[in-house]
Amino acid sequence: MNARYLGRKVLLLVPVLFAVSALSFLLLNLLPGDPAIAILGPSATEQSVAALRHDLDLDQPLPVRYVRWMGHTVTGDLGRSYVSNQPTVEAVRQRLPVTLELLLLSQLLALALAIPLALLAASKPNGLLDRASTSTAFAFLAIPNFMLGVLLIYLFAVRVHLFPATGYTPFHDHPIENLRAMALPAVTLGVAELAVYLRLLRSDLIATLQQDYITMAQAKGMSRNHILLRHALRPSAFSLVTAAGLNLGRLIGGAFVVEYLFALPGIGSLTVESIFKRDYIVVQGTVLLVAVGYVLANFAVDVLYGVLDPRVRHARATA
Amino acid sequence: MPEPQPDPASADVEHGSTGRRRLGLLFWASVGWLGLIATLAATADWLPIPDPTRPGVAPARQPPTLHHLLGVDVLGRDMLSRTIHGARVSLVVGFSSIAFGLLVGGAVGVLAGYFRGRFEAIAMGTVDVLLAFPALVFALALVSFLGPSLGTVTLAIGVLSIAPIARIIRASTLAFAQREFVLAARTVGARHRRIIVNEILPNVIPAAVSFALVAVAVAIVSEGALAFLGLSVAAPTPTWGSMINEGRTVLQDAPHISFVPSAAMFLTVLALNFAGDSLRARFDVGEGRL
Amino acid sequence: MKPVLLDVAGLSTTFPTGRGPLIALDDVSLSLDRGRTLGLVGESGSGKTVLARSIMGLLPAHAHRQGHVWFEGQDLAALSPRDLRDIWGREIAMVFQDPMTSLNPVMKVGRQITESLRHHLRMGKDEARTAAVDLLDSVGIPEPKRRADEYPHQLSGGMRQRVTIAIALACWPKLLLADEPTTALDVTVQSQILDLLQAKQAERSMAMILVTHDLGVVAGRTNEIAVMYAGRIVERADTATLFAETRMPYTESLLASIPRVERPSHTRLQAIAGRPPDLVTRPGGCRFAPRCPYAQPRCAEEEPPLLPAPTPGHTFACWYPVGTPAGDEALARNTASNEASNKAADRAADGR
Repeated sequence: MNARYLGRKVLLLVPVLFAVSALSFLLLNLLPGDPAIAILGPSATEQSVAALRHDLDLDQPLPVRYVRWMGHTVTGDLGRSYVSNQPTVEAVRQRLPVTLELLLLSQLLALALAIPLALLAASKPNGLLDRASTSTAFAFLAIPNFMLGVLLIYLFAVRVHLFPATGYTPFHDHPIENLRAMALPAVTLGVAELAVYLRLLRSDLIATLQQDYITMAQAKGMSRNHILLRHALRPSAFSLVTAAGLNLGRLIGGAFVVEYLFALPGIGSLTVESIFKRDYIVVQGTVLLVAVGYVLANFAVDVLYGVLDPRVRHARATA
Repeated sequence: MPEPQPDPASADVEHGSTGRRRLGLLFWASVGWLGLIATLAATADWLPIPDPTRPGVAPARQPPTLHHLLGVDVLGRDMLSRTIHGARVSLVVGFSSIAFGLLVGGAVGVLAGYFRGRFEAIAMGTVDVLLAFPALVFALALVSFLGPSLGTVTLAIGVLSIAPIARIIRASTLAFAQREFVLAARTVGARHRRIIVNEILPNVIPAAVSFALVAVAVAIVSEGALAFLGLSVAAPTPTWGSMINEGRTVLQDAPHISFVPSAAMFLTVLALNFAGDSLRARFDVGEGRL
Repeated sequence: MKPVLLDVAGLSTTFPTGRGPLIALDDVSLSLDRGRTLGLVGESGSGKTVLARSIMGLLPAHAHRQGHVWFEGQDLAALSPRDLRDIWGREIAMVFQDPMTSLNPVMKVGRQITESLRHHLRMGKDEARTAAVDLLDSVGIPEPKRRADEYPHQLSGGMRQRVTIAIALACWPKLLLADEPTTALDVTVQSQILDLLQAKQAERSMAMILVTHDLGVVAGRTNEIAVMYAGRIVERADTATLFAETRMPYTESLLASIPRVERPSHTRLQAIAGRPPDLVTRPGGCRFAPRCPYAQPRCAEEEPPLLPAPTPGHTFACWYPVGTPAGDEALARNTASNEASNKAADRAADGR
């Protein structure tokens, strides 16, 4: 791993994390009127409002508040719910596995379908399969996930009772039920990803197949499949990794909607429920955690990219 | 220099250069659909349709009939009227948020691409930081803390569109700022404002428009997602997203309540994507530059 | 009797373009015996690369190929893609022009050699690995064990071309097609690579076709030379005969662009006035006529056939061959009329 490459990426991480934390912190200031009253509601007693103002350091100037808030945050204290009194971190910890499983399943599904489809499409550009898959992908990109989710519920839960429409079973309680409950959410979330990956990988593969080293591999007598899988896929896969990182933002937003729609107890539905309950401290905490998670995941993808692509890994050798 | 191969690619290029790609039937169908939706939304108040918020115009959940072409919803409100009024929210939010994003992001992008230097470094650094955010999550947070309304939703989506728009406009400006006619104008001492208005903008705008159409589609979907979560314009004002949400509990008996606004939104988003893509191909705006 | 190694008969290759078919290769015939080397020479676009690729059958899907390529008595043009793949890399191998682009950037060098060994020779993993290291060693790569685990971008251009040669030699092919193997390399490494190819060819008594735009490259290294122009072979002879008894004016022009035959030159051939003809809208007659100092009215009307010269094995296509009375007379006539028109131009200038 090239130290300079890694160093540059870490350096970029600092301002991004600062901006993410500052924006999350400032969210409370967006509340109309006194944040303490907004959180506790108009019927709160003067004492409890004063106590909350003190808790949130609302009597301090903004920079001091930020520093103190950051101090709490980095020690793992994201405040607590003023509805259930549960610490935000605890609530997130309970619900994180659901969101992670949903993200993982949808990505696996999208990649498992996108890679073979792209290989088939690219091996015969403008062929029947290529044109069919390209235009289907285009149409799928125009279907918002909440719409697709409703459609899937209608088809596979209401008309044909194949999957439950809502609800969740933990994996360690009942693996099969868990996967049944996750099936429609994962498909809902994965379809747009599938379309993005398919389009990207297809055009990338077609460009790669024009390269001299592909002709060279042909001249060596390698079979068509060997060339596609061994020679063309790997260099094309790098941009897929980058795209997966960039897509993560939309994917997380999508997970919020999908969890709400399918009543999955993940971070997304925690946030949405907290918004409805005006539990602003919890919303602030989950937004911060999700944003930081997203930034770190992107960082991981960048690093992974460097590890996977020997040209980046040995950048210094050619520089 | 390597010997040029009599490769097919050259033949293809010759094909392509004989004429710019024509705007096809799908493009005009897309424009037609968008025009229809926009006209209906603009004239909704004068159309012979019931008040979209008046309940009980027919038995609740009634499927499409001659009197109510798209049926009625769970409260017996006319779906056709609600869909047309819902288009207002989608189109207003979609177009005004992106107009806002184009105004701010476009200005930043053009100035950064034209003047380069420290301004560009700071502007693009900020853009990179902004792009590192999960957009919908921040829109959700902004709207929930500010309180959901047409204004806050538009503002949230508009603010989040600034960074990607600035990035694309800058790339597009860069490509033209180095062209001979701009360099020539600079060497003869033309004022910066004149160069930007006369030389840069006319060349950047086609790329901006084609991208903006796709961006409007994204904005409409984002508004839809927020509305679906109950975080857009408050009830009883109809929006497509909230209508889809209202219908999903009665899919068994009245699927049309979710499907009608879904179809309207799908066609609108598809039309915007088609129109944007066709324009991009027409103006030879490479995807790499976007 | 064993059939000749390679016998190309009436090979034509066309590419469809927006303006009509581009005839890149027009009715080419040639043969090559085991262990012999043939230099294929011509300017850019003369069809020499297309000929090499057409012999292999390694053409883009939309290319249209006609004719026969007999390889050890088997017509490659009639083989299915599957059967052809058993020939490629195993019987016939190719070295490409640019080693910067012809190696897979994300595959270790060793893997790029072992994959053909394992595929064609059914070697095991370790056996192939040992063979690959030996091959790298034999093409002059220092520390072959370490290099086998490196990626192409970690090697210099010359080293990379040595790797592609090792890949081509891996399965002991009977015919090696080297397509401008030194064009993309530094001048200092060019002769090293050519020497390596020559040494390997002799060591394995393998037949080789060396494609180049530089007559100087093939001068001391090949048994025979075929000169190509606008998709056709215009002169062919033993290397010594071609240099001593040049008949085709185009060959003469190529020779003239090398300062001294004994000293291999690396300058590009730009000394010939004019440009090669458009291969889509070809004029009738001899294709070189518009640029030919010997050209007569007949040349623009009738295309000269490829006919044998008195020296065995020497063929050429020209109505007014260099070094014959007909050719001398044609050149003298052109020189005289050029002088006359120059004088006329001078007089016109004086008169003003």
